[in-house]
Amino acid sequence: MPSRGARRVSQSVGSRAADAACDETDAVALAAPPPGCYTLNQMVQYSRSPAFAALADATRRGVLEQLGRCDASISALAETFHMTLTGMKKHVGLLEEAGLVVTQKVGRVRTCRLGASRLDEEAAWIERYRLLWAARFDALDTVIADLKAREKKHGRRKR
Amino acid sequence: MAAGKDDAARPVTTAERAGDRELVVTRRFNAPAALVFKAWTTPQLLMQWWAPKSFCVTFISCDADYRTGGSYRFMMGHPSSDQPMAFFGKFLDVTPPSRLVWTNEEGGPDGAVTTVTFEEQDGQTLVVLRDLYPTREALDAAIASGATSGFGEQFAQLDAVLAG
Repeated sequence: MPSRGARRVSQSVGSRAADAACDETDAVALAAPPPGCYTLNQMVQYSRSPAFAALADATRRGVLEQLGRCDASISALAETFHMTLTGMKKHVGLLEEAGLVVTQKVGRVRTCRLGASRLDEEAAWIERYRLLWAARFDALDTVIADLKAREKKHGRRKR
Repeated sequence: MAAGKDDAARPVTTAERAGDRELVVTRRFNAPAALVFKAWTTPQLLMQWWAPKSFCVTFISCDADYRTGGSYRFMMGHPSSDQPMAFFGKFLDVTPPSRLVWTNEEGGPDGAVTTVTFEEQDGQTLVVLRDLYPTREALDAAIASGATSGFGEQFAQLDAVLAG
């Protein structure tokens, strides 16, 4: 199961922003939406998530793929990816922050494994949920602006 | 995709899972609470913003009795379906202009109870919306289903009915 998560994660990286748009189709369990339904703005907002940032790097995607095969210590990962221990620690730290990797220190060795793959799904779901509310609230701004203008125009009878 | 000044000025909508069974959304509005509350509780106004065009949903009809104990029924349409979908429940608390609580019953007993608070600060209003599910499992299931805020659940159910 972890490898499934890692594979999905690493595959989807390049087209992640596009996926965010497509995901809304999934959200309503429907066939392709009419063109122009999903805005660039939504994709840009999606790209702000920590998971997105963590995945915007080839080494980190490689680390996820590697951890999908088996757990590994930070030093082993550093060796595999030909980098310093400090450099690998930084990468692992970012993946950990995004919930994609979990680390555990046993004695002097810090072992890394994939975070529950659900975390990634959950983050994507919450982002869709946020986009729905953001879209509603942006439209609500317009309604409120209209109301304000109307109340101003019709005087201050109420006050 | 240069972000214009308007984009930068647009308040941010945040959403996060708070604990086992709750989702919390926040947003600030540049208007007094009474006005935001009015836009939320006047069917004719609600219909203008509740079904975002970018989600391809149309708001067909809105029957709502905005009183504590009153009920609501929203009919929504989507280009993929001939039949409208119903979203319904009861208002558990309507306290203008600061608090609104309703049930979401279209998905059965595992639906969330939504609480919205309108908090006015210096002429602006902070809206905090909480979707509280009955159990952790109910929220996990909502996430696992891929549905977002009811729309998906409804359409997924319709798909299941049509497929069956």
